[in-house]
Amino acid sequence: MNASVIHLVYLLAASLFVFGIKGLTKPRTAVRGNFLSAAGMLLAVVVTLLDQQILSYGYIIVGLLIGGGLGALLATRVQMTAMPQMVALLNGCGGGASLGVAAAAYYDSLFSGTYTSVAIAGGLMQLVGLLATALASIIGALTLTGSLVAFGKLQELIPGKSIGFPGLKAVNAILFIGALLAAVALVTAPQSSSLFIAMIVAALILGVLLVLPIGGADMPVVIALLNSYSGIAAAAAGFIMGNSVLIVSGSLVGASGLILTQIMCQAMNRSLANVLFGVMAEAGETVDADEVYAGKVSSASPDEVAMILETAQRVVIVPGFGLAMAQAQHAVRELADELQNRGVEVAYAIHPVAGRMPGHMNVLLAEAEVPYDQLVEMERINPTFEQTDVAIVIGANDVTNPMAREDKGSPIYGMPILNVDKAKTVVVVKRSLSPGFAGLPNPLFANDNTLMIFGDGKQAVLGLTSALAEAA
Amino acid sequence: MELIVLLIALFVLSLFLGVELITKVPPTLHTPLMSGCNAISGITLVGALLAAGGGQANSALVGVLGFIAIIFASVNVVGGFWVTNRMLAMFNRKTARGGNPL
Repeated sequence: MNASVIHLVYLLAASLFVFGIKGLTKPRTAVRGNFLSAAGMLLAVVVTLLDQQILSYGYIIVGLLIGGGLGALLATRVQMTAMPQMVALLNGCGGGASLGVAAAAYYDSLFSGTYTSVAIAGGLMQLVGLLATALASIIGALTLTGSLVAFGKLQELIPGKSIGFPGLKAVNAILFIGALLAAVALVTAPQSSSLFIAMIVAALILGVLLVLPIGGADMPVVIALLNSYSGIAAAAAGFIMGNSVLIVSGSLVGASGLILTQIMCQAMNRSLANVLFGVMAEAGETVDADEVYAGKVSSASPDEVAMILETAQRVVIVPGFGLAMAQAQHAVRELADELQNRGVEVAYAIHPVAGRMPGHMNVLLAEAEVPYDQLVEMERINPTFEQTDVAIVIGANDVTNPMAREDKGSPIYGMPILNVDKAKTVVVVKRSLSPGFAGLPNPLFANDNTLMIFGDGKQAVLGLTSALAEAA
Repeated sequence: MELIVLLIALFVLSLFLGVELITKVPPTLHTPLMSGCNAISGITLVGALLAAGGGQANSALVGVLGFIAIIFASVNVVGGFWVTNRMLAMFNRKTARGGNPL
């Protein structure tokens, strides 16, 4: 097929991606948008297969069948609560693919003798090609192993908490600089493949070490960032081959991931550097949990809480990661239905970093068929807590901690929180008084208007619903 | 020389376009946005196809690397679009219910 025709079809595919992402801006058009993107992908793949550069189809067909089959299996089997792991795994695949493409391009040029020994003699294209190869390999390798570690943490194959050792930062810095130096050396001496391998190995290790020290609640940032990396790696691979569709789609995805990363960081009032390299800010004075809670925590049974709910006009449900852990999304929907049948107004307060990835709570509640107009963002729901009779907090902790608002010495001071403590009554469903990810006691639990229901999230919510139904 | 300048211009303009597009996505759709974008980044499949099927060197190593890249990229593409569709279908189910059981 004519090269110009192929490039025009690539342009069409890239346009379909743009329309596809545009479709994702509204729930109503989102499904169609996703189909448009998929159609663009199909178009790009088909026209590539018709390219005369492709000589043998053996590897291609087997590879497509294996990869496509695995992808379909994952996509149909995965549970909605496991979506963060799934996205992490897919990010890793994207990084691995870019690494593979870059390595294949490198060895192809190496074996066919295209590389001349000094980059300048080889011209600008060789220089750019090598830089792009190095960049795609480094980012691809880092995304691959970083995502696998993130997957392992989310799937609880490795401990979710921060894992580190003294000097970790120094090791990371050495690996990073080493990979960069190898890349620069490779540009000047492209024929030494040991440099290429050293660069990739350094990036692979760096990916592991960068994600290992990042703990559970910071996962949304990491996942969004790795998502961005997988896009940038694809764009870099596009520069290797001078392929426009790779560049356009890669940079679209790169931009998307960066924006999500920024939103997540803002929602935690922390800089990206702080999430990636910092431990939580040093606490000015350690707050003693016993001192905060001593004698002030009141617990209640589902029956007692149901009595309060009976007279409520407006109830706000605040979901957190604990909801996903307890698989309580359907139980929560049933409770909301029961309340609505009694004429109670119900809304859900969604903190941007609730859960383990951007939009995690929305997906879970959508699975339980909660209408999306009931899911209210933090900025819009916060002013309404004062008119709220009961706020039910299920499996959320740090995002409701009033210390973020009041205690200037607190490590989470300044982080935007859901002002649940302003509601007339706060009901907190929690296993125990153990602290959240920030390791801080939550004075909310000791407030006069707070009632704790200790136990499994799902059982507690089911108990509430049946107590409420019996009271009818 | 000119081609590379053109490609860099394309890269920069697409970044701006991406920022414009993505800032309009509501938080409710952030997860499907991520998995959908993820599937789009599987466009490296195109590069992988060219690497596995073409190549001037006719070397087995290049073929194997391309083959691995195809597997990774097609998991990314098929898994990404499919799982995004599954999620979005759940969001739309509520529109079908009228979105209002109040």
